[in-house]
Amino acid sequence: MKRLAVILLPYSWLVALFLVPFVIVVKISLSDTELAIPPYTPTLDFSQGWEGLKSFFAALDFENFVFLSTDDLYWKAYLSSLKIALISTFAALLVAYPLAYGMARAPVEWRPTLMMLVILPFWSSFLIRVYSWKAILANEGLLNQFLLWIGVIDSPLTILNTPTAVYIGIVYTYLPFMVLPLYSALEKLDGSLLEAAEDLGCTRFQAFWLVTFPLSRNGIIAGCFLVFIPVMGEFVIPALLGGSQTLMIGKVLWEEFFSNRDWPVASAVAVILLALLVVPIVLFQRNEEKQREAEG
Amino acid sequence: MAQTKPMPHADVFEPWKDPKAEPLIRFRNVTKRFGDFTAIDDLTIDIYEREFFALLGPSGCGKTTIMRMLAGFETPTEGVIELGGRDIANVPPNLRPVNMMFQSYALFPHLSVYDNIAFGLKRSDMPKSEIAGRVEEMLRLTRLEKFAKRKPHMISGGQRQRVALARSLAKAPKLLLLDEPLGALDKKLREETQFELMDIQETTGTTFVIVTHDQEEAMTVASRVAVMDHGKIKQVDTPANIYEAPNSVYVADFIGDVNLIRGTAENLGGGSYRIDVGEDSRAIDVSECDAEIATGTPVTFAIRPEKILVTKEPPEDRANALEGTIIDIGYLGNLSTYHVELPGGQMVKAAMTNSSRISRRAFTWEDKVWLSFRASAGVVLTE
Repeated sequence: MKRLAVILLPYSWLVALFLVPFVIVVKISLSDTELAIPPYTPTLDFSQGWEGLKSFFAALDFENFVFLSTDDLYWKAYLSSLKIALISTFAALLVAYPLAYGMARAPVEWRPTLMMLVILPFWSSFLIRVYSWKAILANEGLLNQFLLWIGVIDSPLTILNTPTAVYIGIVYTYLPFMVLPLYSALEKLDGSLLEAAEDLGCTRFQAFWLVTFPLSRNGIIAGCFLVFIPVMGEFVIPALLGGSQTLMIGKVLWEEFFSNRDWPVASAVAVILLALLVVPIVLFQRNEEKQREAEG
Repeated sequence: MAQTKPMPHADVFEPWKDPKAEPLIRFRNVTKRFGDFTAIDDLTIDIYEREFFALLGPSGCGKTTIMRMLAGFETPTEGVIELGGRDIANVPPNLRPVNMMFQSYALFPHLSVYDNIAFGLKRSDMPKSEIAGRVEEMLRLTRLEKFAKRKPHMISGGQRQRVALARSLAKAPKLLLLDEPLGALDKKLREETQFELMDIQETTGTTFVIVTHDQEEAMTVASRVAVMDHGKIKQVDTPANIYEAPNSVYVADFIGDVNLIRGTAENLGGGSYRIDVGEDSRAIDVSECDAEIATGTPVTFAIRPEKILVTKEPPEDRANALEGTIIDIGYLGNLSTYHVELPGGQMVKAAMTNSSRISRRAFTWEDKVWLSFRASAGVVLTE
């Protein structure tokens, strides 16, 4: 009985905060749009009894999903999001790895400070930080002024409102999610393993490639998923930095909801996005489990 | 070399006694400092091929630093280290014909036992076809054939120790360094493994340098032992000489149990001395002493507990006999140690084998007994 209560609590949270909203979204995605409040039909009316329930289910259909497959905007947006997520995950890995490596090799008394510096941006609003990138990347922004001043370029570079700005914004925003798991994997690495590798004939670089890199694999996988999964649905960064050129499914979803007020289509987009993300989420969980097993 | 050089003892392995023998390793006035701390202080030592050389000392005495300098992880601040006649100061660790077995074993957790052993071979210029054979040979030598496919976390501590040994021996190094190799094993396994190590050292003919703080381990495995303290070597000798003829109070006290009795020497000539240990006690007669000590020098007489005989009646045939009272008896099964107080208050430990059953033990607490020993049983130390 006591055990049941212990299990019940987290499960009831899951049901209330995840399953119920998801069922509602699925239901809306099967509905039809209508100029009303809420802007879709049918709505469940319990006063009609059994008949009402029957007609309610009869009114649900997959029309919106069919529509999504006919208009190429949507699958192009999915593919574009996938591409942006893959490239920016890889870019974040390239930036984060040396950073995490440096942190893990720093003197022990410095590490909490460095860790603090990585987490520090979380203390200010995400929106403000993305906005400030607008000021940095604009044609007359800080970056261009600086580059003109040191004479690397003659005329300002157009970065803002291009995919490049989106990549910069994403890598900047999600960097801590990549750094932290990498750091925790690299910090655990026993220094005598590298000495052993050198002792057995490795150069420093070979020792890194044959020992450090494979042993940080779990950190790499965890970091990549932590960046990839949220970036797939990202809409603030492309909306603020990407201008009209950047197509991302998160932005499309936002527009369907708030500009077109087409909740059923927006919900269908969300359901498909979730279905696509289930695969990496399951892989991520499995990686975590395997890591726990190896450590346990 | 046309002539065969006559060895001093052809059948006994004692290259350090042969003035013509070329040492494999030669430390010449090596000093190593870390900031203000002097880890190694002007060290000069020769280690010969096929030796099993033990560096013994308490933690922080610099023995690990010596090992790390040999492996190439530290460079000497002053002085020269030669390996096979060549200064190795500028040779990085990966190019030295030296392999190390780490205290923590440092096995690669992501590689199987087989791949751990093959790791060094794959970095060498050994052809791929020969690597498998060499790894198999190492697995056989360390009796690990059944575990080749396992990862390090799937085998026991003793097996891991053998993997570490196999991995460091695989490249057939000129010199194998062992950093507290048996520290993580329990006592019984450690004793077994000590003999295994000696067997492997003999079979492979590799020169072993072992670092340990366990004096029993050093005595068991080593051909020579260097006793260290504060970055200096106190004595280098065979285990038997270190034990029976320590050159200082530090060495005598560090190795095994010892009674240290302070006194003043009187030189009787011919290596014989009489040591005055105070008014309350008889003087001690010592013979066959190597050192030349002037009369009146303050000295320490060191004698091992097992060299002392405990009897009820004063013995007739022994040079020294002291009377005392039994304060404590420690029963160890094979031995009993008696803590005996001499009239001056000096405590002396004596160990006697329990050749008869305990019920017939001759002495008990507060008994008056005689402690006796031969004139050659102890050593006189000035340091």
